[in-house]
Amino acid sequence: MTIEQLSVFVENKSGKLVQVLKTLGGAGIDLRAMSIADTADFGILRLIVSEPDRARDILRDAGYVVILNSVLPLAVDDTPGSLAGVLEALSEAEIGVEYVYAFVAHGKSRAHVILRTTDDETAASVLSRRGVSFMSAGEILRTQ
Amino acid sequence: MQLYYQPDIERMSYDEMKSLQDRRLKEQVAHVYKNVAYYRKLMDEKGVAPGDIKSTEDLRKLPFLTKDDLRDAYPYGLLAVPLRDAVRIQSTSGTTGRRVVAFYTREDIELWSECCARAIVAVGGARDDVVQVCYGYGLFTGGPGLDGGSHKVGSLTLPMSSGNTERQIQFMCDLGTTIICCTPSYAAYIGETVEEMGARDKLKLKAGIFGAEAWSEEMRRGIEAKLGLKAHDIYGLTEISGPGVSFECCEQTGLHVNEDHFMAEIIDPVTGEVLPYGEKGEIVFTSITKKAFPLMRYRTRDICVLTRGTCSCGRTLVKMSRLMGRTDDMLIIRGVNVFPSQIETVLINCGFQANYQLIVDRVNFSDTLDVRVELTPEMFSDTVRKLETRERELRDKLKSMLGLYAKVTLVEPKSIARSEGKAVRVIDKRKI
Repeated sequence: MTIEQLSVFVENKSGKLVQVLKTLGGAGIDLRAMSIADTADFGILRLIVSEPDRARDILRDAGYVVILNSVLPLAVDDTPGSLAGVLEALSEAEIGVEYVYAFVAHGKSRAHVILRTTDDETAASVLSRRGVSFMSAGEILRTQ
Repeated sequence: MQLYYQPDIERMSYDEMKSLQDRRLKEQVAHVYKNVAYYRKLMDEKGVAPGDIKSTEDLRKLPFLTKDDLRDAYPYGLLAVPLRDAVRIQSTSGTTGRRVVAFYTREDIELWSECCARAIVAVGGARDDVVQVCYGYGLFTGGPGLDGGSHKVGSLTLPMSSGNTERQIQFMCDLGTTIICCTPSYAAYIGETVEEMGARDKLKLKAGIFGAEAWSEEMRRGIEAKLGLKAHDIYGLTEISGPGVSFECCEQTGLHVNEDHFMAEIIDPVTGEVLPYGEKGEIVFTSITKKAFPLMRYRTRDICVLTRGTCSCGRTLVKMSRLMGRTDDMLIIRGVNVFPSQIETVLINCGFQANYQLIVDRVNFSDTLDVRVELTPEMFSDTVRKLETRERELRDKLKSMLGLYAKVTLVEPKSIARSEGKAVRVIDKRKI
């Protein structure tokens, strides 16, 4: 039900993001999805990548604070209101959304959504009951 | 105009002062040896008996006391009178996790107030003056010290404590305050606010007594221009009594030590050897009149110079220069004593590593402290909420440990500058 996301700590300074992406690019790591949460002082770079374990080791060796954590990868119909329906189901179950980001792949009728909630386990069963489909890491990496 | 609060003492000849000190020192050593087991042990270990101390020349035979001794003896180990005779406690902000508490008998408070009264009269204070005390009241010695002094002089005393600057200025204008007492940085801030409020013409200030932190001659001139007063330094430390250990006169070239109560020595901080007048070293104080908490040869870790002579103000009290630094890594931030080791303890207790840097600055005349700490994977999270919670917990713990608001900034590992492999722990950007 879950896939591994790479979370990287980056200070809010120009050039920091570029350094991380260059490090991964140089090692042949493919980025599938990305989002950044930012505060005044720091940001958290969240990445879905090919070979998450290797990507983590590369960044760790380069001196970054990096962790792998599970997130829920959903496939949602690419139609108006469908993501709202998903979030509404979570809200009814009193599950909070920590963060969410989405991307639409070319030629697909479904959007891919990465979701992290206050209780991913319960969220997964609530969403399964609603008929929301989950993607595997393989599926995400194949989408192009 | 009254020039001295106690002219017979303040203008005493050196010989008279020496014989007064000889007598008081002898009595004090006997009192301490009899009543303070902790110091008796130190004297016994050094092979010094009370009978060996016959005059001020023998002072150097006595063992030193340091901040570590105060910590070891906390809370009652250095109290020299029965609890029933002690009437007051004052305290410092605490070092390496443990506060320093000092005790006073009724008589000790009287003497302390007299010392502060000398400082007030030295800047021209008298019964007709309105003295506004904007130092903090409470455990901090600043407010109670000057408050006591002002009452002794018989001035009208405004116990404002610190903060609420516009109200401070309103009172100054309405009540015609002539003397204010606070930290120099707060005085500068008041000056700025007076300018913004356009209240300069309504002020009747003539003098200020500003202490508890280091300041420069430039800062003095700035405060004087903004507030239209003459700015004077005052020095003291809780361990010895509080403000009023020494005070500046109209000459503004150093601080007269109230040496009839506090004997001053300058020592080489490394060897402990006593240095002659005029040489720079660590200043050491011995309380020769206080009964409840009489520290003998207390090492302040403050660096300065002592000079003896008759001042143009007429006082003969030995004079100490403006402070020239510290022998340890203590920082004074908004009047609060801060040791990097205290911050290190908090960091470790909160789960962080001891990779940190303290950035001290002065913004709008107020000191700021930014604690930059390197993040570890264990403390990292993919959610902003968790990281912000960690920052907030750290900030709260620092606040309760130091009594001071500090900004917390999480930084990447190895991003803190290291010189020769050693991290630079403190960057003090203040221009003092």
